[in-house]
Amino acid sequence: MAKNSESVATVESVDIANRETEGLSQGQIVRRRFVRHKAAMISLFSLVGIIVFVFSASGLHFGTEKNPISITGWAKYSITDLPELEYKSCPDGTTGCPTLDILPSFIDGTGLAIGDHPFGQDDLGRDYFSLVMRGAEQSVVVMLIIGIIAALIGTVVGAISGFFRGWTDAVLMRFTDFIITIPTIIIGSVMGFHFGNLGVGFLALFLGLFSWTGLSRLVRGEFLSLREREFVDAARVAGASNARIVFKHILPNAVGVIIVSVTLLMSSAILLETGLSYLGFGVVAPDVSLGSLISQYQDSFTTRPWLFWYPGLLIIAIALCINFIGDGLRDAFDPRQKRRITKKDRDAAKVLKVGA
Amino acid sequence: MFAYILRRLSAMVVILLGSSFIIYNLAAVSGDPLEGLRTSSDPTAKAQMHALIRDLQLDVPPPLRYFGWLRGILGVFIGQPDFGMTRDAQSVVNAVALAIPTTIRLVVGATVIAIILGITIGIVTALRQYSRFDYAMTFVAFLLFSLPIFWVAVLLKQYLAIGFNNFLAEPQLTAPWVIGLSVFSGLFWASVIGGDRKKVLTLFGLAAVATAGILVLLGALDWFRNPGLGPIVLLGASVGIAFAVTQLSTGVSNRAALKSALAMAALGLVTYYPVQWVFDQPHHLLNLFLMVLFIVGAAIGFGFFFAKIDRASVIRTAAISGILMGALVLVDRFMQTWSPYTQTDAINYRPIPTVGQASDLLEAGNFWFTSLDTLLHMFLPTIALTLISFAGYIRYSRGSMLEVLNQDYIRTARAKGLTERTVIMRHAFRNTLIPLTTLVVVDFAGVIGGAIITEKVFGWVGMGTLFNQAINTFDLNLLMGVFVVTASMAVMANLVADLVYSALDPRIRVGK
Repeated sequence: MAKNSESVATVESVDIANRETEGLSQGQIVRRRFVRHKAAMISLFSLVGIIVFVFSASGLHFGTEKNPISITGWAKYSITDLPELEYKSCPDGTTGCPTLDILPSFIDGTGLAIGDHPFGQDDLGRDYFSLVMRGAEQSVVVMLIIGIIAALIGTVVGAISGFFRGWTDAVLMRFTDFIITIPTIIIGSVMGFHFGNLGVGFLALFLGLFSWTGLSRLVRGEFLSLREREFVDAARVAGASNARIVFKHILPNAVGVIIVSVTLLMSSAILLETGLSYLGFGVVAPDVSLGSLISQYQDSFTTRPWLFWYPGLLIIAIALCINFIGDGLRDAFDPRQKRRITKKDRDAAKVLKVGA
Repeated sequence: MFAYILRRLSAMVVILLGSSFIIYNLAAVSGDPLEGLRTSSDPTAKAQMHALIRDLQLDVPPPLRYFGWLRGILGVFIGQPDFGMTRDAQSVVNAVALAIPTTIRLVVGATVIAIILGITIGIVTALRQYSRFDYAMTFVAFLLFSLPIFWVAVLLKQYLAIGFNNFLAEPQLTAPWVIGLSVFSGLFWASVIGGDRKKVLTLFGLAAVATAGILVLLGALDWFRNPGLGPIVLLGASVGIAFAVTQLSTGVSNRAALKSALAMAALGLVTYYPVQWVFDQPHHLLNLFLMVLFIVGAAIGFGFFFAKIDRASVIRTAAISGILMGALVLVDRFMQTWSPYTQTDAINYRPIPTVGQASDLLEAGNFWFTSLDTLLHMFLPTIALTLISFAGYIRYSRGSMLEVLNQDYIRTARAKGLTERTVIMRHAFRNTLIPLTTLVVVDFAGVIGGAIITEKVFGWVGMGTLFNQAINTFDLNLLMGVFVVTASMAVMANLVADLVYSALDPRIRVGK
């Protein structure tokens, strides 16, 4: 009996799901599913918020160390300013404590305040807020550059090798194996030594050249299975060229896999850069990144914990948002994904049925 | 098949030659070993520079130097491979050989725990798709994905090691802790087992009360200072294991399997005191191995005694429960070691270390002390690595299980009236594992490469540390030694993964 009612429910939910997608294009269905994914939408808005906040606070920086081209942000200090170390209001003889107070006055009696150094100061007196903002900016830049480069190379290599198969495939896949064996830490150290002063963009560019391998394998697998499908045969019989088949017929069907795996790649790119900077191979002083900040101040965890918490929490916030967006995209692009049919949906369906 | 393997192997050699060439040259241009001496005001700086140039052959351009190195390696064909010396005049082979066991100790445990926990949780979340447990675990997995390991390590050191040591100094569980842990355990079990509202509330109540009771009892008995299980608790736990393993492996309706597993529990109780004596004899590792053999032998015996047909599954059930029970007895032995161990001068009541591989001050000679010491030093790094890596397994096994549950053969299995246990454990679970094997094989190969950051944070000297040190000191021979091991493992693992996949899934054929 229980099984029976369950199968009735399944039929009903398939019914509801089908009715929802009637008359919509694939793009509209995907967009709709994504917008409905609450965690992904919250993450998307938070990520955009974080990026706008970080970039406007820290300003934009291009060019090399010697000839910088910068647009200053609204943060009070830059990362090279050395204001005096604040100690008067700090507890237990610490220096440079954060002036940010988000607890309203009825909890701790001091009221809301932002103050001069919301995240405190490091041991030289540099404003930690601007350091963290600068670090986060670097992380976002690294994430975007690695993501774009790896997406381009990975898709092209995977598509060619999956579509043409045979010798091309064998050679390209062995080339992928070859890239996999080269550890990123070597790339980081070479880049750090020779081009450390060219900024983080250059580092990200080279890291991107070595992080497309997973994506290319995935795209290859997708192409291998898609090229055997009936619609590709139909297109070929109709006289479509290879380029047309790839771009008009196969790629749109594989784009879901690509987008999802690029988002995941981006979140791991942030961790890669922080890891390299932690080992001393990524961003070099005087410039900072979130990883180098944590690495520098991990011993001050017990005495001045803010030096440890703010960069770490920011890394987690950015990576977490990206991961949830990726999850939302995965759900949105997966046609077999069954949405949870809630009681509200059932009631709505019943109303429709009665109305008809 | 043979031709395919041969072709892949030869491709592998070419890949390794190519990438070793690239790495050698990249590493050679990644820094300047003479930099410190150039600016030095030491009068002997010039002589030192000459010596360094001679030792490291800096006058030979790197691409040519690579072939010198390669000639040493190719000596493997005449039985005398030459990996060269490190910069502190140690043989590279020795340095790597010392580092590999450390790395394996550090990472294998964590990887195994991550695989078991990750797959279990992943499958439970797939079975309870869109439940609160599923959402909670998804969030946890993504959170863990986003954590930098060095950041987690600092937190673990502070709260788990130092905090726990402080707790052990004064082991009194305060009321907020008891309440918090009880509520957590209640929520956990209620959401894992699930059911209608009444059942969930009952489960929550039972689990919370049981946890609170156990915690208060343990506190009252001063268990945290003198832990141990004792034969009675062990018997209870063994009976529980017997039922659980039988349910998962064959279903409790298979009486022969249940009887064999219970007989195993009885055997465990009877042999408890003799086993304690065996534990104190020399040749501990050999004895442990013999005990495992004994358990398997006993399982075979019970299988033949209790079952007339279908003996393999009965033997399997008895052997798995027996080994789990044996592990419990071993845990009990370690718990008995705990109290004397914490009282030694080397430990001085602060048993959880934050860095290092072993306590230097601990006197060697007592097998149980040194083993417990090693295990405790592995505690924090293992937790950190497990936390970081098991999120991936949760997501993959969840996806894989959901994929399998949508297949037609699952519907067929349900339609022909099989029990839910059989459908899940025999039809769904086994097929879920197929895509995961690829992941596991490749992960294990990555393990040897070590966890550079983890080793650095926790002060272990394994492959990762060697690699990092080699890059920092421009020690090309050492770097290449580490690289040869890790890269060949990685490339080999890809081949093995492909072969295993095709062996497990007949639809995949290799070499076509």
